[in-house]
Amino acid sequence: MLYPRIIPVLLVKDKGLVKTVKFKDPKYVGDPLNAVRIFNEKEADELSVIDIDATAQGREPDYQMIENLASECRMPLCYGGGIKTVEQAKRILSLGVEKIALSSAVLERPELISEIAEQVGRQSVVVVLDVAKKFFSTKYECYTHNGKKNSKLCPLEFAQLAGRLGAGELVINSIDNDGCMKGYDLALIREIKSLVAIPVTALGGAGSYEDIKSLIMQESIIGAAAGSLFVFKGKYKAVLISYPTKIEKSNIIAAAQQ
Amino acid sequence: MIAIIDYGLGNIKAFANVYKRLNIPHTFATTREQLEGASKIILPGVGAFDHAMSMLNNSGLRDTLDSLVLEQKIPVLGICVGMQMMANSSEEGEMSGLGWIPGTVKKFSHSDPVVKEKCPLPHMGWNNIVIEKEDSLFNDLDEEQRFYFLHSYFFECDEKENCLATADYGFQYSCVVRRDNVYGIQCHPEKSHHNGVAFLKNFATN
Repeated sequence: MLYPRIIPVLLVKDKGLVKTVKFKDPKYVGDPLNAVRIFNEKEADELSVIDIDATAQGREPDYQMIENLASECRMPLCYGGGIKTVEQAKRILSLGVEKIALSSAVLERPELISEIAEQVGRQSVVVVLDVAKKFFSTKYECYTHNGKKNSKLCPLEFAQLAGRLGAGELVINSIDNDGCMKGYDLALIREIKSLVAIPVTALGGAGSYEDIKSLIMQESIIGAAAGSLFVFKGKYKAVLISYPTKIEKSNIIAAAQQ
Repeated sequence: MIAIIDYGLGNIKAFANVYKRLNIPHTFATTREQLEGASKIILPGVGAFDHAMSMLNNSGLRDTLDSLVLEQKIPVLGICVGMQMMANSSEEGEMSGLGWIPGTVKKFSHSDPVVKEKCPLPHMGWNNIVIEKEDSLFNDLDEEQRFYFLHSYFFECDEKENCLATADYGFQYSCVVRRDNVYGIQCHPEKSHHNGVAFLKNFATN
């Protein structure tokens, strides 16, 4: 049987690892390469690394950093941040990365999804939607540039479009829940997953293994991604990298399958 | 010396990293000369079938590779699309495969809506393999034989005896195949932690 995936997401800023709350107040939590080594030892299912400076500063992906991380990484690696062209996507995959994550560039020009998928295969193309609701609104919208620009696009509609254009995975990242550690936006995940036929990964809000369990109970086969949960420990948020042990992981999955 | 074929596709560095940690001599082969002395060959691959086939056909390595594998019987391991290329053909493309293991590469297509909902494509993540035929490739695997998968097409063997292991994604399909000195694996041993390392070590040393 296929197992749900439990995925640490690492945010990179100024070459250091950071963690945000609602996409703001990045707190330095360590060195990316060191984090990759720790997740190797812990045998994480997959790893995502997102460079949150690249698009915001309008610069190229940091290929040297990507190559260093990829050669250290013994689990499947997804890289995102600043990818705008087919050439950049191909170059990054050639450095030893399994998947590339696209967001602002494809919200601006969705056909880029097809263009990249045709060249590298859809299995390597991930579309990340950073979503939030405005105050007093019930309507979700997709944001870019670390939550600063509202694209006004509806995530439900864009998720379907991305699937049709050749995305191989969707990551739904809740800005409202980011860093809050109070659980995933389960209703939104349910709605989007029911609309698409490609793998979906939820990000934003996981604060405990119980939160991951709730997500897996609801969706069964799903990617459960988290940042804070795997880099902070305790109520004072001391920095400590962690990941469920094999036994903890089977407990999460077994409970969710009952 | 294990030659990892470098024809511009696949995560060749990841294989090199595994063998480096195991202290197993290995090299990247981009030329005939680099390939000729190989005692074992790794054929990686990702992306679309026709793209991979044309990259290999245009690499200048094809004749040497055919002669090493078919005449000198040097063991070769195809990974992901590298395995799919060993079939006669693929539903994903028009080009002929290498034809080293009789079979066709087909697209997953689940007609039952319940199965379809449970099996989104690509098949992405960790799945168990079920060993159908004992082989030294499977020595020292964990009790849970989990590997990382990332694909939408699968290898259908013409001859059942060529199937060494299956995986379940809506139905059982061949995920490890072998015919004499030709081996293929659909999942990614280079990214499958302990099991993957054991598998690659077995291929290199047995």
